[in-house]
Parts: sequence; C-alpha cells; structure tokens
Amino acid sequence: MSTASSVLLQFLELITALIAAPLLTGWVNQCRAWLGNRSAPPLTQFYRQLAKLFEKEVVLAGNASSLFRAAPYIIFACMVLASTIVPTLSTDLPFGPAADAIALVGIFALARVFTALAGMDIGTAFGTLGARREMLIGFLAEPALLMVFFTTSLISQSTSLSTIVETLGQREFAIYPSLAFAGVAFTMVSLAENARIPVDNPTTHLELTMIHEAMILEYSGRHLALIEWAAALKLYAYSCLGLALFFPWGIPEGTGIFNLLVALPSLAFKLAIGGFLLAAIETVSAKLRIFRAPEFLGTAFILSVLAMLVHLLLEAPK
Amino acid sequence: MANWPGLLSIDWMLSAVCAWLAIGIAAIIAPRNFRYIARTLYPAGALVGLLLAIAAFAALSETPEVVVLPLGLPDLPFHMRLDSLSALFLMLLGGSSAGISIFSAGYLRKAEGTAPGVQCLQYHVFLASMALVLLADDAYAFMVAWESMALSSFFLVTSDHRIPEIRRAGYLYLLIAHVGAISILLCFGVLQGGGHEGIAGYTFANMRNAEHSAFWASAAFALALFGFGAKAGLLPLHVWLPEAHPAAPSPVSAMMSGVMLKTAIYGVLRVAFDLLHQPLWWWGVAVLALGLVTALFGVIFSAVQSDMKRLLAYSSIENIGLLFVGIGLALTFQSFGMTALAALALTSVLYHCLNHAAFKSLLFLVTGSVLHATHTRSLGKLGGLIHHMPWVAWLGLLGVLSSAGLPPFNGFVSEWLLLQAFLFTPGLPHGYINMMIPLAAAAVALTAALAGYVMVKFFAVIFLGQPREASLHHAHDAGWLERAGLVWLAALCAALGLFPVFVIEKLDAVTRPLLGAGIYQAAGAAAREHGWLFLAPISPDRASYAPVVFLLSIVLIVAATYFIVRRFWHMRVRITGAWDCGFPMQTARMQDTAEGFGQPLRQVFEPFYRMTRELPSSFDKKPVYRVVVEDHFWYWLYLPVAKLAEFGARMVAFLQQGRISIYLLYSFVTLVVLLFLIRG
Repeated sequence: MSTASSVLLQFLELITALIAAPLLTGWVNQCRAWLGNRSAPPLTQFYRQLAKLFEKEVVLAGNASSLFRAAPYIIFACMVLASTIVPTLSTDLPFGPAADAIALVGIFALARVFTALAGMDIGTAFGTLGARREMLIGFLAEPALLMVFFTTSLISQSTSLSTIVETLGQREFAIYPSLAFAGVAFTMVSLAENARIPVDNPTTHLELTMIHEAMILEYSGRHLALIEWAAALKLYAYSCLGLALFFPWGIPEGTGIFNLLVALPSLAFKLAIGGFLLAAIETVSAKLRIFRAPEFLGTAFILSVLAMLVHLLLEAPK
Repeated sequence: MANWPGLLSIDWMLSAVCAWLAIGIAAIIAPRNFRYIARTLYPAGALVGLLLAIAAFAALSETPEVVVLPLGLPDLPFHMRLDSLSALFLMLLGGSSAGISIFSAGYLRKAEGTAPGVQCLQYHVFLASMALVLLADDAYAFMVAWESMALSSFFLVTSDHRIPEIRRAGYLYLLIAHVGAISILLCFGVLQGGGHEGIAGYTFANMRNAEHSAFWASAAFALALFGFGAKAGLLPLHVWLPEAHPAAPSPVSAMMSGVMLKTAIYGVLRVAFDLLHQPLWWWGVAVLALGLVTALFGVIFSAVQSDMKRLLAYSSIENIGLLFVGIGLALTFQSFGMTALAALALTSVLYHCLNHAAFKSLLFLVTGSVLHATHTRSLGKLGGLIHHMPWVAWLGLLGVLSSAGLPPFNGFVSEWLLLQAFLFTPGLPHGYINMMIPLAAAAVALTAALAGYVMVKFFAVIFLGQPREASLHHAHDAGWLERAGLVWLAALCAALGLFPVFVIEKLDAVTRPLLGAGIYQAAGAAAREHGWLFLAPISPDRASYAPVVFLLSIVLIVAATYFIVRRFWHMRVRITGAWDCGFPMQTARMQDTAEGFGQPLRQVFEPFYRMTRELPSSFDKKPVYRVVVEDHFWYWLYLPVAKLAEFGARMVAFLQQGRISIYLLYSFVTLVVLLFLIRG
C-alpha cells in the first residue's frame, strides 16, 4: 500500500462521490415514481437540473449578507469532505486520520448550522421557520448518530472509521443484537437528516410543513445548485456510511486495481438496493406532524443508547 | 525569564499582582479623569495580564516554587506556591484578562454607574485577588484572597446600583458566595485535622501529608464540592449566575464567566487531586451525575432565554456542568487506579477550561459591544446587525461556532477528548458504573447538540435577518480598542482549536504531578508519529483528529468550487427583494423572535420549566402574548429556605420584647445559671 496509490484512491473516491451522488438521488426519485405508479424522470435528471441552475443568474435579496453568499460553498465543502472520509472503495485512506467518527458528526453539524444561519439571514418568515425546525431535528438526530457510532466504536475499540469498517468487515456472519438496534436507529436518523418522509418531504414546496426546503427558499442559481448537490452528497455519504457500518462486505483494505474491480460494482449494487429500500420506506409512510418528529427521533436516540447497553451486557468480552 | 538572577518565577507572578494593585491605587488618585483611566490604566493592566500569561506559560513545566511572605497571622504567614496547576490557571487568567482589559479601555463610558476610577480599582483588585487565590498555599491566604475576589466582584456587579434589579442580583450573588465560603472554610478545617498541632496545620503542605479516614476525606470532599460548586454555579446553587451576569457591565461578566468560574474548578481540582490524593469511586460518580444534571439544565434553560446575557449565563452553567462531568470521570478512573484514562479525562477538563475562558469571554464582550450600539439586551429588539457591526458579528461567529462545539474550532477539541474518555470506560471493575457510562455519554452528546441550537439562536437573532427596530439602523461597529480585545480572544479560540497537540503537550505537565500520568507521554511514539498535525491521545488506530488538515481541506474545496464555477459558468447576480414564496407584505416582525426560536424546545422540555403564559383571545383590541419561564428550583428550594430563615428569625425575635425589665431578667437568669455551673 504505497502512499501514491492510496492518494490516487482517495482522489478517485472524491470523484466517485461527486458523480455518483446525483445518480443516487435520481435513482431514489425514479424508484419513488415507479412505486407510486407514476412515470419516472430519467436517471440523469439531477445533472440536468444542476447544469440549468449553474447557467442561471443568482437572484439575491437586497439585505443578504456575505454570510448568505458564503454559506453554499461552505455547506458544499462540508459534504464533499464528509463523503471523502467515509470509506467506500477502500479502508486505507490517507485522509482517514484527519477526522474520525465524532469529527464526521461534527462536519454534518457544521453544515447544518451554516444552513440554518443562512436560512435566517434574509429574515423571512419561512426561512426562520425552517431554521428553527432544522435545529429541532438536529439536536435529537445528532446525539443519536453519535451513539450509533459509539456502539460500533465499542465493538471495534476505535473511533477511526477505517478501523471500525475493517473490524466489522472481518467479523463472522452472525447477528449482533447491538448492531440490529444501532441499524434501526441509524436508518431513522438518516431519514430525518436527509429531509425524507416521514420527517420532511424533499419534493415539497409552498407548504407549511417543509423544513429543509423552507431554509433554502431564498437561494437560486449557482447557490441553489451547490446546495442541492450538497444535499445529494449528504444522502450519498449517509448511504455509504450505513452500508460500511452494517454491510461492510466488499470494501477492500488494499488499494490495487483488482480490489477496485471488486469495490466499485459491489458499492453500486449495494447503493442500488439501499436506494430502492429508501424509496419503499418513503412510499409506505406518511409524513409526521412536526411535533411528532421529536418522538420519532427520541425513539431513535433511545434505540441507539439501548444498542450500547446491549453491547455492554451481552457482547462485551469478559 | 525564570533565570533572572535571584528572581524565581513566583516572584514574577507576585509582582504582577502588585502591579495590578498599583494600577488600582493609581486609579483612585484621579477617579474622574476619564482619559487617564481608560487610555492609560486599563491598557497597562492588559499588558500586565499578557506578561503574567507569558511568565505562567514559561513556568508550566518547572518544579514547584514556594515563598513565605512576611504578612498574615502571627504563626501563619502567607504561604505562596507556584506549581503547574496554578501556572495553568494563571495563564488562563492572564490571557483572558489581557483581552478583556484592552476591551474595557474602549468600552468604558462616562457617567455609567460607579466613577471610572473606583471601578478601575475594583476591577484590578478583582484580578489581583484571583491571582492570589491561584497562588495561595495555606488556608488563611486562600480564604483572604477568595473573599476579596467575592467582594470586589460584588462591587463590580452592582456598578449600576441605582437599578433595584441589579441590587437584588448583587445581594443574591453575595449571599451564595458566602454560603459557599463557609463550606470551603469548614473543608479546610476538616483537612487540617490530621495530627498537626496548632495553626501550622492549615498550610497546604501539611494538609497534603495528613492522613484522613475515608469518612473525613469524604466529608472534606463534599464540603469542597458544595463550596466551590456555589462559586461555579453547580446545581442547585446556580441561581445567582443568570442574575449577576446580566447585571454586571459586560467586561465584568466576561471576567466572571470566563475566569472566576474557573477558580472554582481550580479549587475542586486542588482539593480532590492534590490535597486529598486517594479519591473514592463514589465521589466520581456523584460529581459526574451532578455535572450531567447541571449541563442539561443549563442548556435547556439557555435555549428559552430572550435576554442575550442571561442566555450566555445559562450556557456558562452548561459548560460548568460539562467540566464537572470530566472531573467526575477523572475521579472515577483515578479511584480504580487507571491513571492513563484519568489523565485523558482531566486533560479534557483543563482544555475545556481554556476553551471556555476564550470563547465565553469573547461572547460576553460581543454582547457588550451590541449593548453599547443598541442600548438593549433583549433579543426581541435586535436583528440584522451583521450589516452595521461586521467586526463584532464575524468575530462573534467564531465564538459561536467554538461554543457550539463544531470542528475545527476549539470547543470541539475538548468535547472530543471528553467523548474519547467515555468511550474507553468499559473495563471499569464495577458493573453498574459500566452501565451508567453510556447513559452519561448520551447525555453529554445531547447537551452538545443542544448547545448548537442555543448558539444558532444567539447569533442569528442578534446579527442576521432584518432589524426588528428602526433605531438599529444607527448601530455602529466597535471602536479599535474593543476590536483589539475581541481579536485577541478570537485568536486564542482559533489557536486552541487548530493546534491541540501543542496544548496537550503542555497540559501533560499539569496532569503528571496530579495523577502520575499524562496522555501525551502515555501515547508514546506511536501517537507522535504524525507529528503536531494529528491529535491521537491513545493511539492513531483508536482515534485521531487533525484540525489543520480539516480546515485546510474545507478552505481548499471552497476555493476550488469558487474558481470552477467562475471559470465554467459565471458570477452574475441580480439584487431584488426577498422571494419568500411570493408573499408581498414581509415585515421584520414576521421573523422568529427569541421566544419563537425557543418555542420547540419549550414544548419538548415543558416539564423542566415553570411557565406562565398569557394568551390573547380573539376579541382583544390590543392582543398581548406573554410567556414567563422560571426556574423550578427557585420555588422548590430557595423560597422554602428563605421562608424557613424568616420563621427562625421571627422565633428569635420573640426574645426581644423591647422592655428593660425583661432584659434584666435575662441577665439575672444567665448569672444564676453561670453561678450554678461554676459551683460544680
């Protein structure tokens, strides 16, 4: 494992994330359309949308501050960084030691805070409403996610994502009750964090129930393109994270070409299945009232704490 | 610096104390000469602070030095001692006070409260007494310094003593400070009871050598926890904090929150790890539980405040809670002989002390600038200030992000270390504690996430959005002296966030004498493999974090994205009105107020608050909505205690009949009783 090839691999992972993220979102939308018995947009619809938005000029409110204009770039950078840290194609990443699982939660939080601040910058009713709700979702989702990572960290005795994935990948195929709890909690958190039904609806506009869309209502043009792309990257990062934690088979430790030939198709296959399942969950559930969302996330939080306790009670090495 | 012929490091510290006292005395020579005080004395005080910080930094890893001053009681002269723990907190005091004093130089206004000279004296006595608290090496010197600190800060809090609320806040502060001081005094009394004859037992050196039974050690610890907890704002002795912080002038709030609360942490560390060196496991568990309750309580209340300084005061309670969580964890580990983990937990505590001093002082100073620019502390009357006060806003943003514990800023580092300490707990030889730890870790994670909520509210309501009052358009940015103070503290935040490895290496010098282990040393060569970039407290395989790489990659991605968008597309912008779903009648009053932003949390955590709501009916001519959120403790604990005290006083007053014959009867009865006793 030479440094040059692992740097190259890291770069490849970055490029894969940038390209695959819109595809994944497109795939989920396609599945949703099929399951809802509608005709689906093409898989590449998201690229066209990005291209269109980059072409358009930015329409900016007169009282926007420079924070409002900087935020899309910062949010995009956070999400790019997050998707490079998550081990997808290999666990031997030169970037790995820069940020561990706790720092990854921190990156998501940083992006969330900037989104919320930008949402409040213009001072419209919808923007502040969205920011307030986003922070409400965040304050419960963030610790739940952290607790999921803690469970896996206790199993692998490390908070480094690479080590976690390596340890989980090498274990024998057996059901770990703690991981089952953690998996359910993680799924619930991912739904909430990615603005999915039942907590938020990614396709909603002009509705009093919107959260994420309400915050970014004032964005247009390239700013909106970056934010949409960042949202796609977030979904991609969360999906890869779930796959790496709970279905880690197929992520090689080394770097060589052969390993890549295994890693890429298995990643694509797992993402396709995961995307379909996400669309299925969204199709069969109804959106919750906003004040049911804390209950939903509270359940996720308790499940993730239970996962830790279960690990300590049943699985801890004596 | 320490090698100056004939001068020890501690002499430098004491000369800084003298310099501060001299500045204070120089101020009352001309108490009304505004320019002389603001432009000469405060900057001089800042310089002394800076020199103190440098000297303390140099003294961090030196052997302890002891000096006996020719002052004090006949058999108990003032003992002074400078060891690494004192040096660290002196560094914190010097570093923060440098920023706060230079800010004060620009902040001071004519005709506000006390005469500027008197205030300058009180402020510098406050600084000097805090330094003496950290240097004291016997109970008497400690108590003298501790009481001067309490008194000088009381006078500073009540600067605007013509306002009744401020007098009330000052009274509450003084009361709780003294209840705490009595407890600390009793604690020293217990500590000296170890065989040393006479008053010499009150030196810390003799306390260290004394042997205590488990019961008396626990009693001393409990008294210390109560006494220092009262100063720190530990539940249920926190009530003075949200009253006193808003009442005091902003630099004083910054000083109290950033530095004075840390002297209480210093006291707990001094007693628990230095004077008593054999902690019992349940001390740790009790402190951990108290810390968690305090942290959650603080952050939940912080979220619903609409006064910006009260919000920060509650946030200080939260941070104190987190510090006690770390102390509890360190005590637990130490009691089971796991020194390396105890060192990890204690390092997170010390690191968080430095962090909190930097970012909370910064945020309090920011509120000071906002207060001077807008004349209001109420969040409901602010908004949009980022356009009028860009310096304050952007530096405040740095403090807010640090305080919210977001990477790559400083709050995240200590939070990260604390969570790492939690993660390595399994292995405690006590099943139930092992089970409790995940719950505690979950509570810490929840607190940290809620802190993000609070900080978004603080920043967004003050600086973003539309101005909620027309007068805000005339708000002005801070002057250059104020800016210098803010920049200094913001730079401290950034440095602490970006270069944690240097700081931890220095903190090793503090944890090693106390616990016998330091994490930088314990990690060994493996952790140092990556050099100063990577923070890896146990080993790089277990956990690592590199803030500089983190920041650089974000900056790099932002720059790359910007240039790619510019190169391949365009940078066209059209400025118009806000879109807001096409709703045309937007006004500033339609934004979330502070109450509105806190509303979800009021609903989620409803049982924790004592709320009185007045809802308007649909027929009201002038509809009024009012919500008052109060603290249960005030009604459950403080008012009953106050009533009890009043009842006791009334019972005693029964003796005072106001008639001379009754008093003569008392004297006669006393005389007879005494004669009866002496006879036997």
